[in-house]
Amino acid sequence: MNKRTLEENIFKILMMISISLVVGSLIIIVALVIINGAPALSLDLLTQTSSGEFYLGAGGGGILNAIVGSLLLALPATGLACLIGIAIALYLQKDFIHSWLAGFIRFSLDILWGIPSIIYGVFCFLIMIYLGMSASVMFGIIALTLLEIPIITRYMDESIKLVPIGLKEGAYSLGSTKFETAVKVVPRQALPGILAGILLGLGRGIGDAASILFTAGFTNRIPSSIYDSTAALPTMIFQLSTSSLPVVRQKASATALVLLIIVFTISILSRTLSKRYMKHVIK
Amino acid sequence: MSTESRIQIETKNLNVSFHDHVVLQNIDIKIPAKKLTAIIGPSGCGKTTLLKSFNRLLEIQDDVKIAGQILVDGKNILRPHLDVPDIRKKMGLLSQKPYPLPMSIRDNVAYGLRIHSNKNKDEIEKTVEHCLQEVGLWNEVKGRLHDPASQLSVGQQQRLCLARAIAVEPEVVLCDEPTSALDPLAAQQIEKLLLKLKKDYTVVLVTHTLRQAKRVADYVIFLYFGMVIEQGPADIFFNNPKNPETKAYLSGEIS
Repeated sequence: MNKRTLEENIFKILMMISISLVVGSLIIIVALVIINGAPALSLDLLTQTSSGEFYLGAGGGGILNAIVGSLLLALPATGLACLIGIAIALYLQKDFIHSWLAGFIRFSLDILWGIPSIIYGVFCFLIMIYLGMSASVMFGIIALTLLEIPIITRYMDESIKLVPIGLKEGAYSLGSTKFETAVKVVPRQALPGILAGILLGLGRGIGDAASILFTAGFTNRIPSSIYDSTAALPTMIFQLSTSSLPVVRQKASATALVLLIIVFTISILSRTLSKRYMKHVIK
Repeated sequence: MSTESRIQIETKNLNVSFHDHVVLQNIDIKIPAKKLTAIIGPSGCGKTTLLKSFNRLLEIQDDVKIAGQILVDGKNILRPHLDVPDIRKKMGLLSQKPYPLPMSIRDNVAYGLRIHSNKNKDEIEKTVEHCLQEVGLWNEVKGRLHDPASQLSVGQQQRLCLARAIAVEPEVVLCDEPTSALDPLAAQQIEKLLLKLKKDYTVVLVTHTLRQAKRVADYVIFLYFGMVIEQGPADIFFNNPKNPETKAYLSGEIS
């Protein structure tokens, strides 16, 4: 075996190791969640709200309040972050602002992306205290929106940057304004990336516990208005998994399984829906 | 070419630079109306830049400096506070590689109509059909107007781009090497279309193939290193060039 073949083989092996580490971790995580959680998964768990005994492992009760809470927090937050994110992402392009300014904004967004979610939580908590209000769905949504904006914006921005300039020139040559081009043409071309950004943001939002810990609070009831506090799946997992009782910790795994299923379902649904538009993308 | 033909586009002392790198210098040209004008020259000599300055497309880029005048129908389009989309609407563009809009075949042609006019659905349908027929695409696509434009062949896409351009009723059609990405047959179709179009439109064709320019051009502008070396009616330009550099280029000594 000569030196170059040896080199090639070593790198092949290194790559295989890296890939198996990543794929292996994913498989192990999903497997552990299923093995630990599936036995505790029941119709009652999904259709009942939690009660005091629930946390003591005395049967009864479920996590419906957390499921509803998570959707009530993450869906509006992702919606808001998308609206703000797409506006920023479209505006960051060369057509609108000079690239040094865009570079500065991108840099700021990257820094925001790196801020731990607990900081967003504390930030919203302080505002909440200042306004004399208490933990609620509203502040949970605000915290998650802030958390998701940099992720969604940067992801959309990167995919919009890849829209070929020739396509924009084509639209401009038909007499489109910058606005018309940015709203009617560019997003259609960048759709796969935009969608990926939304999913990434949603995934981050629905799975984050730290930012909603103080801002959304925790309760056993399903919130009846945006001023009520609410439980969510991540905070529920947190509550359950800190228990000393194995029965309760098993419920934490079941809750994690529910969270995984929700994220997978949303991901598959939106990908299927977007297939309708992706066929228009010009290569 | 008769000398009394109307001038559609005229530049006076046009200078363009990107990031302080001068691309076009002191360009003074006249492009006659309803003729086919070819802009020729070796790669990187500024042909495309010159073409895109006519409909102010250069401005999408950062750090572009444009000085001088570009008169379209006698009016300087570089004046401030002009409605740029309106200028561009008058100049259709056919690019090197066709970029249909990410929509259906029909919507590609209807897009321009929708943003500019209040035509109702029937009128739009009629115009779409008319424009597709003009470019010889109607019979090929009439059964699948709602299919994505991305499914067409490259040659068909280029003709679709021509159809959508003429749908907004421009006065000028700017073509940036529109046949360079096409197979010979599709290229021939486009050339034929351009010859047909010059009856109604002023056609400006950037090309790096001399043979193409000889086949189709009425008027020729020769650019070399960002400067106009020679311009004139095609027969004089090709048969009796005055400038030594033009002679060298025509004989293939510089490329």
